[in-house]
Amino acid sequence: MIGVRIRTMPKRAVLDPQGEAVVRGLRALGHDVVRDARVGRVVELVLDVEDEAAAREAADRMCAELLVNDVVEYGEVELIDASSVVVGAGA
Amino acid sequence: MTAVAVIVFPGSNCDRDAARAVDDVLGAGTATLAWHAETSLDGVDAIVLPGGFSWGDYLRTGALARFAPVMGAVREAAERGVPVLGICNGFQVLCEAGLLPGALLRNDHLHFRCDEVPVEVASSDTPWTRAIDAGRALQLPIAHGEGRYHADTAVLDELERDSRVVVRYAGANPNGSARAIAGVCSAERNVVGMMPHPERAVHAWMGSDDGALLFESLRLHLGDGATDPNRTELAGALAD
Repeated sequence: MIGVRIRTMPKRAVLDPQGEAVVRGLRALGHDVVRDARVGRVVELVLDVEDEAAAREAADRMCAELLVNDVVEYGEVELIDASSVVVGAGA
Repeated sequence: MTAVAVIVFPGSNCDRDAARAVDDVLGAGTATLAWHAETSLDGVDAIVLPGGFSWGDYLRTGALARFAPVMGAVREAAERGVPVLGICNGFQVLCEAGLLPGALLRNDHLHFRCDEVPVEVASSDTPWTRAIDAGRALQLPIAHGEGRYHADTAVLDELERDSRVVVRYAGANPNGSARAIAGVCSAERNVVGMMPHPERAVHAWMGSDDGALLFESLRLHLGDGATDPNRTELAGALAD
């Protein structure tokens, strides 16, 4: 089993009002150092595949078919320990 | 007899309103509810994808609905030239399915906006707007949290060049949509998506009956027995 973490973020050119709200909220709490924020989404999967290359290939296809809407988002695939996704999945 | 299919996804909540609006304008018995598991829409003259929250809007609005079996039939019908109207969540589904360009994002002010707004019909050249003069303003309800139309500049320019912006917000932009776009159509013009809800504005007592013009347009477009006043009367009498 191999874990993958897919991080999806709004493209730079896309207005991210959630990010702006986070900036306002943090600054209202006194965190004056905050200049910008973007809010995305993380999906973690456990894949039953032979090796890391197969995990990446499968995850890339899943991004293209469903997990990422490339009109407004981009996705980044990272391989992780499967047991960090679901306890026991690393076995 | 004209047959209009209103698609029902788990989480659709404007399906009955849409069916009722179709029946009220085109004649009782015109609308049929089609469950998402249907694999065929053969013999259907037009299709409405209603508003709601299909599959809970999980992942992204409309993202999961496009895998419903019925979407294969919707795509096939769209390719045959059958008029398709996506309203609100239906518009989001059509964008996710790639039947319309662009995407609908969280409103720029982050609030769910439920209101009645003026929209201008920017193109009469679709099955759903042909009874409406371009430039005419309609009062239509909106109710959405994710209605901010987005597409990259090249796509927006192409939409404007080909008059594929069908409706545009005429007053204040209620959600931050690019170029105040409220609805667009496909390159072949038969697939239309819009955030406003015409089905919620088909009688004066609803606050506005401007939405009926969309369904009148469909009747004009189909131009069959449904336009026969006797038939409509008969259908009305049967409904009573």
